[in-house]
Amino acid sequence: MPTAVIDLHAPYQERVDYALNNKHLRTALGRATGRMSVQRVNAMTAVDGEALRDQVRQMKEYVLRHWPALLEQLESNLIANGVQVHWARDAAEANAIILDIARRANVKKVVKAKSMATEEIHLNHTLEEAGMTAVESDLGEYIIQLNNEPPSHIVAPVIHRRLEDIAEILQEKLDMPPTLDPEVMCALARAKLRQEFLTADMGVSGCNFAIAESGTICLVTNEGNGRLTSTMPRVYVALMGIEKLVPTIEDAFLQYQALCRSSTGQQTTVYLSMTSGPRQAGDADGPEEMHVVFLDNGRSDMLRAGYGEALMCIRCGACLNVCPVYREIGGHAYGSTYSGPIGAVISPLLPMGVTNVGKLPHASSLCGACREACPVKIDLPRLLLDLRDDQVKEGEGAFFDRTAMFGFVQTMKSRTRYEQAGKLAGIATNLMANFSGGNLKFMPPPLNGWTQSRDFPPFARKSFREQWAERQGRRRSIQGESLSSIAQKGNKV
Amino acid sequence: MHKKQFTNRPGRVALFVTCMVDMIYPAVGMATVELLERLGVETIFPTEQTCCGQPAFNAGYRDEARTLAERFINIFEPLVRNNQVDAIVVPSGSCATMTSHFYTVLFEDQPASPLYKRAQTLAAVTFELTEFLVDVLGVSDVGSRFQGKVTYHACCHLLRELKIDQQPRQLLANIPGAEVVELNEAADCCGFGGLFAIKNAGISTAMGQRKTRNLAASDADIVALCDVSCMTHINGLLNRQAQRCRAVHIAEVLNSQVDVAEREPSVPVTTPERAPRRWQDVKE
Repeated sequence: MPTAVIDLHAPYQERVDYALNNKHLRTALGRATGRMSVQRVNAMTAVDGEALRDQVRQMKEYVLRHWPALLEQLESNLIANGVQVHWARDAAEANAIILDIARRANVKKVVKAKSMATEEIHLNHTLEEAGMTAVESDLGEYIIQLNNEPPSHIVAPVIHRRLEDIAEILQEKLDMPPTLDPEVMCALARAKLRQEFLTADMGVSGCNFAIAESGTICLVTNEGNGRLTSTMPRVYVALMGIEKLVPTIEDAFLQYQALCRSSTGQQTTVYLSMTSGPRQAGDADGPEEMHVVFLDNGRSDMLRAGYGEALMCIRCGACLNVCPVYREIGGHAYGSTYSGPIGAVISPLLPMGVTNVGKLPHASSLCGACREACPVKIDLPRLLLDLRDDQVKEGEGAFFDRTAMFGFVQTMKSRTRYEQAGKLAGIATNLMANFSGGNLKFMPPPLNGWTQSRDFPPFARKSFREQWAERQGRRRSIQGESLSSIAQKGNKV
Repeated sequence: MHKKQFTNRPGRVALFVTCMVDMIYPAVGMATVELLERLGVETIFPTEQTCCGQPAFNAGYRDEARTLAERFINIFEPLVRNNQVDAIVVPSGSCATMTSHFYTVLFEDQPASPLYKRAQTLAAVTFELTEFLVDVLGVSDVGSRFQGKVTYHACCHLLRELKIDQQPRQLLANIPGAEVVELNEAADCCGFGGLFAIKNAGISTAMGQRKTRNLAASDADIVALCDVSCMTHINGLLNRQAQRCRAVHIAEVLNSQVDVAEREPSVPVTTPERAPRRWQDVKE
């Protein structure tokens, strides 16, 4: 069944195996991530991409250094614009606040613009439990909502589905006649969604960035659904992660440029919606009331724990598109709202209840492609290393790791033990390799993870140091003592 | 990272051969030594050396990594300080990254400690092999010969931590007889990643298989690279898939003096041919 849905709370290994065995998933991921990476490189090289990255980085560093003051500035400007501001310590508080707003306004139907923050707090679930309908209005989100699954990418939620799969979902859920024409599919979804916008009582969005000096919420979309969500319904609520703010309007456009070029490779997106408050007297349209919910949910703790760098993320998804791990397993295998390299860093730091979250910092070969793609130059491999370090410090290292590391260091600490271990491994591996055509085809657990799919060479019968010593011996007999005496001196440490 | 600028051509270097080369691939170490000596650089091999501690550091075991880092510094730093050697040469991008980048990370929270300063001293004179040949010695043609189709895989630490890419490519391009072809997705990780290859064997294999697919498409006889760890991973897969192409460390390619006269016919990927191991296996 190509449209089957994965269980996000399954154990880590199960999620990964599911992805690795899913041919369609890997086809879809390979196509889309490759295309998005090429587009990003083209868009970033069309301008002075390095300078842009440096500027955005400086700006985000400034934001973190002046975080509390900027948040308060944003709050007071929003209030001055007639917006009601709420502070939520965690997901439960944020859900309670939004539910309360909806109940007071007697809301039956909520229309949503694509928002990772609302996914993070599982807002749809809360609203539906309270008897309201929540409709996703981003095309990708709409499709996966129809198929009852969460997004698998920060900016491209349905990246894990091929066009063929999407057609199947639409045929099954919306009685679409069989077609593979994206325009037909789009037109169908558009007609359905327009009705939802016209009948919704409340619009909920996230916030790509908020401008502190003017009290403005900015939404970046290509479909215009952000603008409809923030202007058509009676009530408009924006849920904002507290790190997503910029000081000035100039900074907003700096971040906007970096975001467009890094996420979809566009110079600008089709829409940039800037909302600074509810409908004023004399305005033709706009919501009657507007709320902004500041969501902490572990973000200030991240700064305290030394992971402030990850708070500079602008959620462009570039690190996902270039990640060789993400490309093979997709977003759902991470089991978290946030996937890819940035997801592996922040999921263990945010209280999101991800199953086997401790495995995520290890789901990387530390190849560094993410850091090279990041428009804010976040040193993601370094943050992953720091998380692994934290795990060990907190005694969460796996038993196998601890034992292996102890043995490893004891061996490597002493030249004698190192040479003996090498000799022993030489004898053992050569003996085994003799029975399997020169290479090891099997190793005992846990090393069999290697030999399940790969050969391993036997250790050398004569190590480099032995060959070196023999070579030096031969030279001594040829050249006299001059060369070797120098080498000996070097060895006496 | 600040690197020492040499006014005189370095005449003597210490070889940090890395534990994998020492114990599994001694030929790579010997090729490195021969190559350097052929270019007039004398090599010494401090025999106390073992492992740089990268596996521990990457797994988050920083105390253990610090133990091995301190040991490494105690072996190599006095050689530099007492001018017994001009530089340290490492035939590995990954281990060169560990000793020149991550040692300073290990001691960065104690910037006043002598170990931090000594680690920095070491970092300034530690060079990956191809970096040393091209940037320090100014050599771009080492006078080797190789007949066949060669491609190049850019190892992650080498490319993205040490920013070394043009040096090995330049050296390969100057080998007479070698037809250098570009590898598709050459800069993508091969999936090794140390313990990652065992802890996440499935993902690691999938990444490696993408690499070997690209290798098959390149039709190269060998893929040259600067790390024996990645070489082990790629060859492990190529062997299992019975592909003709092999990963070869660049030191061996640059030290090669052989003409491979004729290319062997390529073996189809799907039908690995195994010679019968025992007489019982031979079917009439």
